Amino acid sequence: MSRIEVLKTYKIYIGGKFPRTESGRYYQPTVNGKPLGNICQSSRKDFRNAVVAARSAQGAWSARSAYNKSQILYRIAEVLEGRKSQFIDELIQQGSTKNQAQKEVESSIDHLIYYAGWCDKYIQIFSAVNPVASSHFNFSVPEPTGVVAVLAPEETGLIGLVSQIAPIIAGGNTCVVLASESKPLSAVTFSEVLATSDVPGGVVNILTGNREELLPFFSTHMDVNAILYCGNNQQELKTIQENAITNLKRVVNKNVKDWIKEENETPYSILDFQETKTTWHPIEHIAGAGSGY
Amino acid sequence: MSLDLKSSWEFSPAPESTSHVKIKKKYDLFIGGKWVKPKSGTYFKTINPATEEVLAEVAEAGEEDVDLAIKAARKAYTQVWSKLSGKERGKYIFRIARLIQERAREFAVIETLDGGKPIREARDIDIPLAAAHFFYYAGWADKLEYAFPNKKPKSLGVAVQITPWNFPMLMVAWKIAPALAAGNTVVLKPAETTPLTALKLAELIQDAGLPDGVVNIVTGYGKTGAMMVEHPDADKVAFTGSTGVGKIIMKAIAGTHKKSTMELGGKAANIIFEDAPIDQAVEGVVNGIFFNQGHVCCAGSRLFIQESVYEKVMRKLKDRMENLVVGDPLDKNTDVGAINSQKQLKVIEGYIKAGLDEGCEMYQPEHATLPKKGYWCKPTLFTNVAQSSKIAKEEIFGPVLAIQTFRTVDEVIAKANNTPYGLSAGVWSDKGSKVFNLTSKMKAGVVWANTYNKFDPTSPFGGYKESGHGREGGVQGLEPYLKFE
Repeated sequence: MSRIEVLKTYKIYIGGKFPRTESGRYYQPTVNGKPLGNICQSSRKDFRNAVVAARSAQGAWSARSAYNKSQILYRIAEVLEGRKSQFIDELIQQGSTKNQAQKEVESSIDHLIYYAGWCDKYIQIFSAVNPVASSHFNFSVPEPTGVVAVLAPEETGLIGLVSQIAPIIAGGNTCVVLASESKPLSAVTFSEVLATSDVPGGVVNILTGNREELLPFFSTHMDVNAILYCGNNQQELKTIQENAITNLKRVVNKNVKDWIKEENETPYSILDFQETKTTWHPIEHIAGAGSGY
Repeated sequence: MSLDLKSSWEFSPAPESTSHVKIKKKYDLFIGGKWVKPKSGTYFKTINPATEEVLAEVAEAGEEDVDLAIKAARKAYTQVWSKLSGKERGKYIFRIARLIQERAREFAVIETLDGGKPIREARDIDIPLAAAHFFYYAGWADKLEYAFPNKKPKSLGVAVQITPWNFPMLMVAWKIAPALAAGNTVVLKPAETTPLTALKLAELIQDAGLPDGVVNIVTGYGKTGAMMVEHPDADKVAFTGSTGVGKIIMKAIAGTHKKSTMELGGKAANIIFEDAPIDQAVEGVVNGIFFNQGHVCCAGSRLFIQESVYEKVMRKLKDRMENLVVGDPLDKNTDVGAINSQKQLKVIEGYIKAGLDEGCEMYQPEHATLPKKGYWCKPTLFTNVAQSSKIAKEEIFGPVLAIQTFRTVDEVIAKANNTPYGLSAGVWSDKGSKVFNLTSKMKAGVVWANTYNKFDPTSPFGGYKESGHGREGGVQGLEPYLKFE
């Protein structure tokens, strides 16, 4: 008698835990007429829980040393490399050829390494000491925007997601990500990679579900500081831009044809989710006039 | 109160002369390098808020006028400005900087006449900083690729810019200088209550020989601004003003290709610790809230005093307030000038009433007397204020300070950041490690430690959260006027 295979229950990832959606709902994306599984159709409540988790994790995550964040991103890459074959299998299940699947996983690992290396460098690149005319020491540094909502690209299962999460968390932000609706398996499995890579719970939260249903919640939530929209649907983008006005979220749109390409790697993707803070302090001149304050 | 304020503290009047200032009776629109009558046919008056006297009549641009201005800017962009090398563009901008310096006194006096700010501030801050801003960005025009390595920066096209009435000339400089340096052409609308220095700048731009249409100045109310923002041929919208209006503009440009910079409201925390240099801190608080009558988006309008030094700070603050000279903005002794408009005065008075209604305790200097004509508000502070008090939550944009106390560092960080705004903050302590803790914890774009309300063209300015997005000043101030491959 042949062995009965154990099927996987695909879950969502909130605050470092793996619940099913609180709503009990599911959907069945299909490839060539074959359903991929009972995928969680996340609700507004799931999203709000994820934002709470992301917000509570943000302060401590951004306070981690740059060196530590860098090592954690590198660790994600290591763990992903170790589970390469599982990801290739799932991408094939989602409709990729073997060759495509392999390239996509390798590119994802390489993107992680790329941004791991930036964690302790981008601040140097994007900071300045400003030569003001008065007697002050004045400097500008980038700081994380905060909690970022991400609508990952629909057309890829893994690379789109990974290449967008990496610069966001490298910059000290936390995020809530909606995975590709039609290709959700590798996103869910990537959560397991994150959970075993020393990434603190809540830094990355990944939901699956219906983009159209969740888009208004992602873009109107008052405790989300920025939203990344991957796609080129102008109507969706306009809705997001309008909704984002409620609390003036930063809106970033990435419309990329080939997510695998190495040219997509850039420190400016980190800068997309940074705010410039400028600090002034007087310099005392004992011999000169004025107190220095 | 510890000082004897009954003895004479009067200064002899020291009014600045207005004899060298030329203001025309009537100003048309500056479009395509020429003064043109508005197709709308309407004009409005701009007055001196300190005397309520009419200074000039100014054109109100309508739909057709705005369209002409944007067409002129587009033509100048495609035919002239975008073809010029960065070096040549820079030389024009340097010229503007120099011409402002040459005519600085005239601009300062007009700024004070039209806006009501003390001449000392217009003369020492607004106009010199405006010139410095042009000078700084002039030098960037041929060096853009050093600002954004590997990014191939390119100009956007036509920028429409809307400036506020609190620093009329300085805000015009903040807008025009980086736009031109980045290679864009401009249609700018100054605020309706303070259009004169922008119109004088138009004269100066003619003198500089800037190609026709590179800078166009149209005047009008919010309606004119809306027409500019909604014009399909605008590539960029830069706005400084209230968060409310900023949100309306963002809505209008949602779904379009228009890039935007928003410098919006603020409700900054100014924090005094027990180990602060108290005298300097008090001076900083006064500068933070009474500078420019409190018409400052980054004003230190929420003061947090550590409980152990509360009595001392309050005594010194009240003493200092008793010595503030409120009155004729043209007098060189004046510390607090006129409120910019009757409309704004009503807003401020509304907030003062709200403070009293909510049970906050008000203090105004007994000594100050206000002129009979014009719009005036005594420097005001409130104690017994709660986090939930209206005067602690909303931007007042006037000389009104809301004071709260705190015990611990964590408490004051939480209170200071508990606002939808995030433009600026102030921290006073002589302990370096505490200062750095606080400056890094403040969710604000500009943090002044042991100083307040300092500005410089090399120093980026702009907010977190609902205080807007984008930066003005510094290398960061170029990005909003460029696109990248």
